[in-house]
Amino acid sequence: MTYIDPHIHMVSRTTDDYQRMAQAGCVAITEPAFWAGFDRSSPQGFYDYFKQLTDTEPKRAAQYGINHHCWLCINPKEAEDVGFAREVMSLIPEFMSCSNVLGIGEIGLNKNSKNELTILEEQLVLAETHNQLVLVHTPHLEDKLKGTLLIMDAIANTSITPDRVLIDHVEEHTVNAVLDRGFWAGMTLYPDSKCTPQRAADIIESVGSERLWINSAGDWGPSDPLAVPKCQVEMASRGHTSDLIQKISYDNPLEFLSQSGKFKVS
Amino acid sequence: MSHPSPLTKTEIVDRYFLEHRAKLLDIAALLDRIDRASGDDKIDFRIEALLECAKELHSEEVGRTERMLLLLSDKTTEPIEEAGMKGATGAVPPQS
Repeated sequence: MTYIDPHIHMVSRTTDDYQRMAQAGCVAITEPAFWAGFDRSSPQGFYDYFKQLTDTEPKRAAQYGINHHCWLCINPKEAEDVGFAREVMSLIPEFMSCSNVLGIGEIGLNKNSKNELTILEEQLVLAETHNQLVLVHTPHLEDKLKGTLLIMDAIANTSITPDRVLIDHVEEHTVNAVLDRGFWAGMTLYPDSKCTPQRAADIIESVGSERLWINSAGDWGPSDPLAVPKCQVEMASRGHTSDLIQKISYDNPLEFLSQSGKFKVS
Repeated sequence: MSHPSPLTKTEIVDRYFLEHRAKLLDIAALLDRIDRASGDDKIDFRIEALLECAKELHSEEVGRTERMLLLLSDKTTEPIEEAGMKGATGAVPPQS
């Protein structure tokens, strides 16, 4: 079945992964800017990364018929140094006109610190000023609940409407709060943390399928670039309809991402 | 609108029992492995949290996963002064 993986870090994956994803039905992906597993030593490192996301990676994806899109930001793990973060943020407007840039992301919080929050607020202003969609990273494990609430409050202090924000990495204890406030919610399918395909299917059964999507967030750590089709199979094997599976793995991301005016599936 | 599972209770047990039996045995084996090992006998806060979560398995109310995640969550509401580390431990450290 055709699908969109709306959150995957292909700069950390092999070309074989593109091939397998295409074979499994992937037609489009979006790649948020993230922490590469180490702190970059200069803003120039981010400039090169943004070039990779807007120039190199789309060409690599196109070889397998996959449409590549991206989001730009300074990620929360490298936002503790406010001065450094601001230098990186100053590079972003130059790239916003690139044809595959959908918005600002994945911004958010990591350890819920004051400096992370300051940079989150400033990147929300950047999105607001340039009328960009927002993709939000919520913190890991014990920090997720608190961070999710702080992030939603920060967004509420801007003019950005919730329907233009996707809050990612929701789990059972955050999904309802996110949806109740009108945001879109993403479930990340990971082997050890976040949601398994089984739990994601459980959440869909419990809260429904409105403003909800699934993604692999495949990267350099334990993750699976085929997690989305595996969740499709999980839902199908439970007897869910193909309409429901398509809504979660194709229609919903298409609806949210199309607000950018740049998202393409063919 | 929710989408109730098309599977019956029995079908769900048939399908998932062995996988989750193995997961429960893995937890027991982990606790045994820790007990057999050398080192501090004081129980680690993460294991304490795991055992607290395990009580939810005896609950008869739907929402066990959410309640476990809440047990494992930092309940404070104010941003911290400084991010001292990048990672997370999976349970709330004692000093939090």
